[in-house]
Amino acid sequence: MHNNSEKQKEQLLRMSGVNPLKCMKCGKCSATCPSYDEMEYHPHQFVYMVESGDIETLRKSDSIYKCLTCFACVDRCPRGVEPAKLIEALRLSVIREKGANHLKAEDIPALIDDDTPQQAVMSAFRKYSK
Amino acid sequence: MQVKEYKPLIVAFCCNWCSYAGADLAGNNRLNYPADVKIIRVPCSCRVNPMFILRAFQRGADGVIICGCHPGDCHYTSGNYYTRRRMALLFSMLDYLGIERERTRVEWVSAAEGAKFAATMNDFAEKVASLGENKRLEDLRCKK
Amino acid sequence: MQRIGVFVCHCGTNIAGTVDVKAVAEALKSEPGVVISTEYQYMCSQAGQDLIKAAIAEHKLTGIVVCSCSPRMHEATFRKTAAAAGLNPYMVEIANIREQCSWVHKEMTIGTEKAIILGKAAIAKVNLNAPLTPGESPVTKRALVIGGGIAGIQTALDIADAGFPVDIVETKPTIGGKMAQLDKTFPTLDCAACILTPKMVDVAQNENIRIFSYSEVTEVGGFVGNFEVTIKKKARYVKEDLCTGCGLCTEKCPQKKVPNEFNLGMDNRRAIYIPFAQAVPKVATIDPDYCTMLKTGKCGVCSKVCTAKAIDYQAKDEFITEKYGAIVVATGFNPISMDKFDEYAYSQSPDVITSLELERLMNAAGPTGGTLLRPSDREHPHTIVLVQCVGSRCAACAEKGKEYCSKICCMYTAKHAMLIRDKYPDTEVYVFYIDVRTPGKNFDEFYRRAVEEYGVHYVKGMVGKVTPEGKKLKVQASDLIANKQLHIDADLVVLAAAIEPDKSARPLATMLTASMDTNDFFTEAHPKLRPVESPTAGVFLSGACQGPKDIPETVSQAGAAASKVIGLLCKDKLTGNPCVAHSDELMCNGCSTCANVCPYGAISYIDKEFRMPDRTTKIRRVASVNEAVCQGCGACTVACMSGAMDLKGFLNKQIMAEVDAICK
Repeated sequence: MHNNSEKQKEQLLRMSGVNPLKCMKCGKCSATCPSYDEMEYHPHQFVYMVESGDIETLRKSDSIYKCLTCFACVDRCPRGVEPAKLIEALRLSVIREKGANHLKAEDIPALIDDDTPQQAVMSAFRKYSK
Repeated sequence: MQVKEYKPLIVAFCCNWCSYAGADLAGNNRLNYPADVKIIRVPCSCRVNPMFILRAFQRGADGVIICGCHPGDCHYTSGNYYTRRRMALLFSMLDYLGIERERTRVEWVSAAEGAKFAATMNDFAEKVASLGENKRLEDLRCKK
Repeated sequence: MQRIGVFVCHCGTNIAGTVDVKAVAEALKSEPGVVISTEYQYMCSQAGQDLIKAAIAEHKLTGIVVCSCSPRMHEATFRKTAAAAGLNPYMVEIANIREQCSWVHKEMTIGTEKAIILGKAAIAKVNLNAPLTPGESPVTKRALVIGGGIAGIQTALDIADAGFPVDIVETKPTIGGKMAQLDKTFPTLDCAACILTPKMVDVAQNENIRIFSYSEVTEVGGFVGNFEVTIKKKARYVKEDLCTGCGLCTEKCPQKKVPNEFNLGMDNRRAIYIPFAQAVPKVATIDPDYCTMLKTGKCGVCSKVCTAKAIDYQAKDEFITEKYGAIVVATGFNPISMDKFDEYAYSQSPDVITSLELERLMNAAGPTGGTLLRPSDREHPHTIVLVQCVGSRCAACAEKGKEYCSKICCMYTAKHAMLIRDKYPDTEVYVFYIDVRTPGKNFDEFYRRAVEEYGVHYVKGMVGKVTPEGKKLKVQASDLIANKQLHIDADLVVLAAAIEPDKSARPLATMLTASMDTNDFFTEAHPKLRPVESPTAGVFLSGACQGPKDIPETVSQAGAAASKVIGLLCKDKLTGNPCVAHSDELMCNGCSTCANVCPYGAISYIDKEFRMPDRTTKIRRVASVNEAVCQGCGACTVACMSGAMDLKGFLNKQIMAEVDAICK
C-alpha cells in the first residue's frame, strides 16, 4: 500500500511537473480559489496531501472535479508551486484509469445555464473532452 | 591472478580561503581520504594556470582536481567564475587528447565543508584508480 | 643557491603518532639547498622558535621550511620568528603535515611517505622564494558616509567622536532617511522622531561632520586610504548659507499641487519646500519640475518674500572632489512597488495602502495630523486588514517580489495592530500571516501582547483577493487552521510590502568595485566574521544596504562600521600584502586582458620608454599593477597571454616546482 502511494505520488509529480516541497504553506492558493466552498479538499490541502502520500483520499473525493482550472492559484502562488496543475494531474490519472469520461462533451451544453461562469464552461471542455 | 595494488597520483589545487580551509577541517575532524591526494595551496582557484595541470599530467599525475569557493562566495568576488570557464575549456581539450574526463574535476568546497572535502577526495581517487595509470601525456624527455 | 633549514614538528603525538618525524627529517636532508634538517616536539613553542632562530644564525639560512600544522594556523608565527632572526618573513614555507597528513591517514608508512613528499614540495618552493617587502601607502584621515539615514548618521557620529572629519552625502534635501518617516518604533513604542531628531541635530552641530544634502556620488577613484570621490551637489536654487529656514517662502509659493514625497504622495506641498519641520539642514529647496519661475520665468514670489536674499534661480549643479581614507555605504532600503500586485487592488483603491503609508497616516506630523482616516473619504475605518509577506518570500516571479524574508514586517505589523487597537478600541484588526517571525530581544513578548492584551485577530493564512465594492473592500482570505475561506468587509487594507535595496546602490557598487548579491544587497567580506566590511578594502557597510535590518541592528552595525573606519584612519601608513601581481614590462604587450579580469581595478596602463637594441627608444603601453589595490588573487596571471604577469609569493615557477616535486 505504502509502495503504491509512493508510485502514485511519483507519477503525479511527473505528470504535473509540480514540486510540493516548494510550498511554504501560506494558503494563498486557497485564499484566491473561487471554487473554495464547493470543494471538500482545498488547493493547499491537495499540495500537502500529495506530498504526505495521502493520494487515495483525494482520488475518491469530488473535489478533483470541482476545481475550475481557472489557474488563479497558479498565478498567485508566491513560491510557484502551481496547485491547479497538480489537481489536473490527479483528475487525469483517475479518468485514464476509468477508461472513459463519466461525461461526454456533447452532453455538456444541456447542463449549462445562464449563471454558469464562462470560465467554468471553458474548463469543462478541457476537463471532459480528453 | 594477483595484480599489484595500483596507487594513483592525484594533485589537488585548493584555494586558500575556502577549500584549503575545508581540507584543514577534514583533518580536524579526522576524516580519512587516500594519501594519494597531495594538496597545493593557491590564493584563489583562478590562480591555477592550465600550464600547471598540463605539467602535472606530463610528470605522471593520474588525476588533477581544482577546488574553490562556491560560486558567488569567492574571496576575490569572481575568481571561481574564471576557473569554471577556463577549466571547462581545458578539460574538453584534455579529453580530446585522450585524458579522460574523470581524471579532471572542478569542485566547490567551502571552509565549512570538511566532510564534503573528504567525500570528494574519496570519490575522485576511486574514479581515477578505476581508470588505471595515465600514460597519455607523459613527456618522454622526463623519462631517464 | 638558497641555504635552507628544515624543521619538522612532532606536535606531541598529533604528527609523530602517524608520521615518523625522524625519518622525514632524515629524508629531507639530501634535498637541494637543505643545509640543516631537524625535528622538535613543539616547533611553535618558545623553545622551538628559539631553535629555529639559532639555526638561522648558525647556518646562515636564507630560507626555512617548517613541517607542521596548517599555514592557516602558524604561518604568521613562524614568519615572525624568521623576522626576529633577521630573515625576510616571506622566506618561510610551511608543509602541512598535520591537518592534511597525520590526521587523515592512519598508517605510519603511508603518513611518513606523504609527509616527505609534502616537505619536498615546500623545499622546492622555498628554493625559488624571493624576499618580499609589503608596500606602504599613506592614509587620508577623512571618511565618507554615503547615505544619511539612521545608519549613516550613527556611523558619522561615531567616527566624528573619535576626532576624524566625516562627510555625509545624502540624495534627499535632508538627512533622516526612512526613520524620520516612522511614527513609533518597536518593541518599545518610542516615538521615532523623538529619538532620531536629536541625533540629526548632533550631526548638524558636530564640527567634524559636513553634510552634503541633495547631493550624490558620481565618481570614485583610488583605493583604501586614498579614495578620490566626486560629489555632485544638485542645484537647490536656494543659497544654503543664507537660508534661515524660516519657511515663509514655502507658505507663499503659489504652486500648491506638488505631491509630497515625505508623506508618500498622500498630501501636497509647494514647489519650494522644506521636507519636514525638523529637517537637517533646515534649508528650503526648489523643485525644478514644478517651479513656475524655473519653467516659464514668470513668478518669483519666493525671491520677493525671502528677507535673507537666499533664492538663486541661476544656480547650477556643483561638483566637488574630495579625498577620503575610508568609505561607508549606508544607502538603505525602499519598500518595493505594489503595482504588480493586482490581486490586492493597490492601484485601484486609495484605501489599500502600504505599511509605510500607514506610518504617515498615524503620525502627528502626517497628512491627517495623526488621526487614522481612510485616504478616500477621510472617515474612520472600523475593520482593518493587515497583510504580511506582500512580495517577501516570493520565489515565483522575480519582477513581482523578493525571495528573501524582509525581516522587519512581522514586528511593525504587530506594532501597527497594537497602536490601532490602543487608539481606537472599536476597530477590528485582522493580521494575515504565513509565519510570525520574532527573533529579537523582547520581540516575541511584543507580538504576544498584540494578541493577548490588545485582541488583534491573527489569522494563519494569506489574503488571495481584495475587491473594492462601494465604500468597502471585499477581502477574500484563507484561514488555514479553521480550514475555511474568510470573506471580510474591510475599510482599510494595509500591505506589508517587501523591502529592497535603494536603486542607487547598484551603480554605486560598480563605482566602488564592491560586490553585491543577486538581490542588490552589498556582500560582506565574511558573513560571520567580517560582517561590516565589504570585500573591497576600505569600503564598509552600514545598515539595510547589506540586508534587511531593524533599527537596533542598524545602529549596532553602524557603530561596528565606524569602529572599523576609526581603526583604519588611526594608522599613518597602511601595510599591504606583498603577495601581489607584478608585470614584467619587457614581456607585456599592453593587450588589456589582465585589466579586464581584475576584480579590483588594480591594473592600469602606462606609456613607458624602452631602449631598443639599435639604440633607439620606443614608447610602449605596458600594464602596471597598483600594489595597494591588488589583493593577490592571480586571475590576471592566467589571463595574461604573453606570460608577463606573475604573482609574487605564488610565482608560476614556484607552483610548477611544487607540482614537479609531488609528481616525481
